[in-house]
Amino acid sequence: MFRTISQRLLPRCTSMRQKHTLPDLPYDFNALEPVISAEIMLLHHQKHHQTYVNMLNQTEEKFMEAKEKNDLKTMIALGPMLRFNGGGHLNHSIFWQNLSPNGGEPEGELLEAINKDYGSLENMKNIFSSATVAIQGSGWGWLGYNKTTKTLAITTCANQDPLEPTTGLVPLLGIDVWEHAYYLQYKNVRADYVKNLFKIINWKDVSVRLAFAKQ
Amino acid sequence: MFRTLSQRVWPSRTVLVREKHTLPDLPYDYNALEPVISAEIMQLHHQKHHQTYVTSLNQAEEKFLEAKEKNDLKTMIALTSQLRFNGGGHINHSILWQNFSPKGGEPEGDLLKAIEANFGSFDTLKNGLSSSAVSLQGSGWTWLGYNKSTNSLAIATCSNQDPLEPTTGLVPLLGIDVWEHAYYLQYKSVRADYVKNVFKIINWKDVATRLATARQ
Repeated sequence: MFRTISQRLLPRCTSMRQKHTLPDLPYDFNALEPVISAEIMLLHHQKHHQTYVNMLNQTEEKFMEAKEKNDLKTMIALGPMLRFNGGGHLNHSIFWQNLSPNGGEPEGELLEAINKDYGSLENMKNIFSSATVAIQGSGWGWLGYNKTTKTLAITTCANQDPLEPTTGLVPLLGIDVWEHAYYLQYKNVRADYVKNLFKIINWKDVSVRLAFAKQ
Repeated sequence: MFRTLSQRVWPSRTVLVREKHTLPDLPYDYNALEPVISAEIMQLHHQKHHQTYVTSLNQAEEKFLEAKEKNDLKTMIALTSQLRFNGGGHINHSILWQNFSPKGGEPEGDLLKAIEANFGSFDTLKNGLSSSAVSLQGSGWTWLGYNKSTNSLAIATCSNQDPLEPTTGLVPLLGIDVWEHAYYLQYKSVRADYVKNVFKIINWKDVATRLATARQ
């Protein structure tokens, strides 16, 4: 997040904050059709995620200004904005990678872990789906990794609360059930959206995240 | 919620019969609030979302009573989340449909006096409600409520379907639903435009009636 410029160039130490930027999608906006429409992908990426990025940068700016003035009350007051927009940025950055037009099926160590902790892929998907569909309001369903117990876990977070800072679990696969993620296409039938989403999961990405988490 | 059947009919038992909640009709046609809120949104919002809250509320109450009969306290407690979510959803939307009117208008009389006393002006109130509604994180409602203890108006927000009065003690006068289903089909990500436009269709007579009732 910060770079320190050499003291030979600037006699007083200065740090420069690198701004967060919207990551590109690894596929075209229409690549996930018919599961997720191009219209949704466009709005979701260029409006919603972009807004989280912009607001996160603004919030970090204000936070640093407050820090320089030693204004602790403001630093604390900015917490919810940092969490909401920072979480939004973290979550969506994972989400775009979690999806793929040709995602395949879980294999290798990921499949072993799923079978060990859930009995079967089918069982994991059922538990994951029910938990996610039952979320009250806006939030995310997550398949996560518990580094302490070395097990997979399914849980949910409200709004944009990011999984790891909130629960300690390492995020492997997220399902966004904010209405903006599906409403234009699925209307109120969240269950259909969640069911269809499993057709476009990038299981290689989920495997890579698990491998990293285990290191 | 309950009717007790006469003990003369069943001398040994008192039976409680629960009346089910039902979806209230809209006081206007689905297209009546256009162009501010499309007929498509009104239909989905009323017949799908609100109906689901009603159906799930009835189911939750049914399960709660079954658990009560078995003295299953753990289940009763576990059901409170469903009760709050679906009960809140039913309460909130029942108010919302009445809060709207195709004719809109402006606050008058005692309501206007109260608004001016508490906020300075109607415009200040609108600005306050708008910023609150637009900045709400996630799903929820912004409310104009009445504080019976202090005899004053207040702006408050609740998340998800948390109902205003059980949650804060404030009596609900006017609610702004900012769940994405309330506006997304029409306004997409631009919640601010929806909130701005919604002020054109507020039934201020209904708001005034709620205030009068709350003050009794």
